[in-house]
Amino acid sequence: MQEIRNYTINFGPQHPAAHGVLRLVLEMDGETIMRADPHIGLLHRGTEKLAESKPFNQSIGYMDRLDYVSMMCNEHAYVRAIEKLVGVEAPIRAQYIRTLFDEITRILNHLMWIGSNALDLGAMAVFLYAFREREELMDCYEAVSGARMHATYYRPGGVYRDLPERMPQYKESRWHKGGDLKRMNAWREGSMLDFLEAFCKDFYSKVDEYETLLTDNRIWKQRTVGIGVVTPEQANAWGMSGPMLRGSGVAWDLRKKQPYAAYANVDFDIPLGTKGDCYDRYLVRVEEMRQSNRIIEQCVKWLRANPGPVMIENFKVAPPSREEMKDDMEALIHHFKLFTEGYCVPAGETYSAVEAPKGEFGIYLISDGANKPFRLKVRAPGFAHLSSMDEIVRGHMLPDVVAMIGTYDVVFGEIDR
Amino acid sequence: MSDNLPDTLAQRLTARLGADIVAATEWRGETVIEVLPENWLRVAQLLRDEAEFRFEQVVDVCGVDYLSYGQAEWDTTDVSNQGFSRGVEGQGPGRFRWSERPLVAARHGRFAVVAQLLSLTHNRRLRLKSHCHDDALPIMPSLTALHPGVNWFEREAFDLYGIVFDGHPDLRRILTDYGFVGHPFRKDFPLIGNVEVRYDAEKQRVIYEPVSIDPRVLVPRVIRDDSRYDQAQAEAATSAAAGK
Repeated sequence: MQEIRNYTINFGPQHPAAHGVLRLVLEMDGETIMRADPHIGLLHRGTEKLAESKPFNQSIGYMDRLDYVSMMCNEHAYVRAIEKLVGVEAPIRAQYIRTLFDEITRILNHLMWIGSNALDLGAMAVFLYAFREREELMDCYEAVSGARMHATYYRPGGVYRDLPERMPQYKESRWHKGGDLKRMNAWREGSMLDFLEAFCKDFYSKVDEYETLLTDNRIWKQRTVGIGVVTPEQANAWGMSGPMLRGSGVAWDLRKKQPYAAYANVDFDIPLGTKGDCYDRYLVRVEEMRQSNRIIEQCVKWLRANPGPVMIENFKVAPPSREEMKDDMEALIHHFKLFTEGYCVPAGETYSAVEAPKGEFGIYLISDGANKPFRLKVRAPGFAHLSSMDEIVRGHMLPDVVAMIGTYDVVFGEIDR
Repeated sequence: MSDNLPDTLAQRLTARLGADIVAATEWRGETVIEVLPENWLRVAQLLRDEAEFRFEQVVDVCGVDYLSYGQAEWDTTDVSNQGFSRGVEGQGPGRFRWSERPLVAARHGRFAVVAQLLSLTHNRRLRLKSHCHDDALPIMPSLTALHPGVNWFEREAFDLYGIVFDGHPDLRRILTDYGFVGHPFRKDFPLIGNVEVRYDAEKQRVIYEPVSIDPRVLVPRVIRDDSRYDQAQAEAATSAAAGK
């Protein structure tokens, strides 16, 4: 009889299904996985150490680059930690704008996830559909901050500026002109809120389109139903959060349980899974897109009716306006001190968490009273999720690992930091 | 939640754990308890299992290096005649090379381990903190037997701070490069690092070389001990009271 023994295969770090730079060492018995050992850190940039050498505000941009598909949610956690230590609170309109953009970010993230996960499992078309809507929402990012991804829009004490009165339009080009251009700009005649309203009205049907492609798709179900089952006990033991936890039927959402920003004032539901497999998590995320859309609609309505300041009037933390700065000596001094030295944060420590699209994204911040953080720790949801890889995929087949990586929704910017 | 109970969480923890706790504080709704390393496991188990507390999730575990805590590069209380240079010649984080690193001043309990606990049952958070006894070889018992999910978090604290977790099943480096030397998040580790890599066309492989960049941190570390936040808070409180 032939001697058979286990062998080890190396998966990644350059592999299209590794979602970035995951190196996975798999010990296989035939096509069954006996042990999985993820090697991470290939994208480690030392964000937390870098933050220790910079004034508080200069690290907001680094937060965007952690989980680079849910940018503003990361900023939100960081900004909230600073606000808590300093003891300021953003004006109500800023809270609504943050809620609005957190949900836009959640849709952006889930669209990216549904597209790439489907692509991993062999469904090409979903990716194209998802990116069509992603483009519209990225335009909203660009409209408020000037950047499509790394916005640096949230600041301690509010948001950088109010929503724009005019939504940028497509310009005429060799490829887009006449009726074509008119159709593309149809939603963009008014303000950004008008644009979002039109988008939201239409988006439910878009989610239905994704569902048409996947939910009853035989191949999709074969690849996800019963794969990577996470029990509620396992989910707790491994520190899971977000859709990973809710997919296992645990009703836990920080937006409901420990509301922040304006979440206490908006109406939405938390979708739950029952079996805790990849398919349930898929359904949870799809439903979350609809719920996010609901929240956006409510925020748009509120924001339209309630103009007001979007930044606190405390020049020790937030800069004065440009006009004021050019007119007033004291405003100029404030401006100069803020952008050179920054502001000192009272000594203390805090942990602030937000419900990011992937789960609980937390910032643990220690200040010793200086203008730079003493210690900044980023609690990334993906880090906790990926650490359970070995336990969850053991006994599965090799292709199921791909399904599992997809359903974890890993992004290495936040895992490696 | 804690409002309808007679005591705050910090008080109840002190009552239940007694001498095991070094300090229990509550600040802006966040409860922190500090324990000695020898009580670390016992307290964590009790917090997980007792129905009154039931912290079933450890959200995060991280290391902290308290070296240079509270040190600034810019004296803001006295007038000096040194002018500009005091802002650019500091020795704060990121402003030194490996050869110029500040010598470690003896400081008891330099390394700390901080765990963020979360109770889904009671919807409550708690921060558990402990300072390692030995600065040269910081050791902390591992929580992996209680919460398997802390495995990677402890590996990370070991990798970045050199804190050894006693009883950890697989204490390898996790974030740094294969073959990395040192613990990069320690306060006496230079921000620019020690080595850099590049592809050498002659040798046809990636080679390691000493870093060629200079430390470059533009803003000095400043601590201003002023009362403006108290003032701002007092103003906010009065305006809130007037609003009511």
